[in-house]
Amino acid sequence: MAEPAEDTIPSAREQVMASLRAKRAVCVDSITELIGNTPLVRLRHIEAECPGVELWAKCEFCNPAGSVKDRAALFIIRKALANGDIRPGMRLLDSTSGNTGIAYAMVGAALGVPVTLVMPENVTVPRKQVTTAYGVEIIYSSPMEGSDGAIVLARELAEQHPDLYFYPDQYSNDANPGAHYATTAPEIWEQTSGKITHFVTGIGTSGTVVGTSRRLHELNPAIRCVAIQPDDAMHGLEGMKHLPSSLVPQIYDESVLDDTIWMSTDDGWDMSDRLAEEEGLFVGHSSGANVAGALKLGRQLAEKGERGLIVTILCDRGDRYFAPLKWEKHYVW
Amino acid sequence: MPTVRIPTPLRKFTQGNEEVSISGANVGEILTNLEAAHPGIRERICDDKGKVRRFVNIFVGDEDIRFLKNLETEVADNDEISIIPAIAGG
Repeated sequence: MAEPAEDTIPSAREQVMASLRAKRAVCVDSITELIGNTPLVRLRHIEAECPGVELWAKCEFCNPAGSVKDRAALFIIRKALANGDIRPGMRLLDSTSGNTGIAYAMVGAALGVPVTLVMPENVTVPRKQVTTAYGVEIIYSSPMEGSDGAIVLARELAEQHPDLYFYPDQYSNDANPGAHYATTAPEIWEQTSGKITHFVTGIGTSGTVVGTSRRLHELNPAIRCVAIQPDDAMHGLEGMKHLPSSLVPQIYDESVLDDTIWMSTDDGWDMSDRLAEEEGLFVGHSSGANVAGALKLGRQLAEKGERGLIVTILCDRGDRYFAPLKWEKHYVW
Repeated sequence: MPTVRIPTPLRKFTQGNEEVSISGANVGEILTNLEAAHPGIRERICDDKGKVRRFVNIFVGDEDIRFLKNLETEVADNDEISIIPAIAGG
């Protein structure tokens, strides 16, 4: 038997290198290149309650600054840099209830853009600590006014100091839904091999649900895209917005949504606990609300005897919400 | 009379007022009298069992009542009570 030509058989070294290549973590030039391409995890224990329907969740907490907001922050800052909006000596200024702030802080640090954030004074303590760690400046708005108070204060500051601040306004910036249109939706499409039947997630700025839904509908108009909102103005789903009582974000586009689910704080919080205990996913309350919404949809399908593949978003990790401990009772807001 | 500071999402019950004056010797009494003056507000603050909801914080001055005596926390005439959502929305 003739020996195979040497060049068709990989050498031992080549074989080892090839086997390593698949397993080796990627090497990148900047932390910002690690944003996106997050894994999709199946919620096997939760979906047992809706037989015939698969529940999958996109692990946005795997983004480098820990939340789904990394995507929007990167696209917003990239667009500002490309447009020359942030001139030397200027700072990026935006309002946030937390995760966008942390994302801006990370992307800003990595790309050399100084960041100022306006946050309501009652954002959770870890958010203040994390953003501060990246070296950003924080300006607090009234804890009585919520995220809309922060929006109003950021607008005022931007108007008063046009030479100091560039105000991209995540609530009006089309790069916010644009990030999800360009990345989140195609990732989900690919990860489910186009089998997704429903996409459901909560509204904060509405960037995730609007951008992802817009693209998914283009890929397959039959996909049902459903938003989740807190069921009352007075709620405890951090990061989520009750639009009937809020400043409606300019990027909010109801035409790309098929339905809205109204979620109670207790149902969202209880599902966060279940995710940690039953799936090993220790995630924040907005993620809990998202999965509670996905399960609600799943149950409706199962009751009708329909099959489906529902995808939702795990926005961030639960440790971002640790409450102040007893001995920290004199914590300063 | 003690002053109660009302957060934006609850101002629909107080005709838009940021502050209301409500009598009461402790936080529980204040909430009862607040409900009498502004019907519907209490269930946004407390659950069916009358406990302050998990996502609502009530402060007497600068002190969170969870670290005092909860609804039994005494309130003086010149005290300011703040009802603050535990989180800041979207």
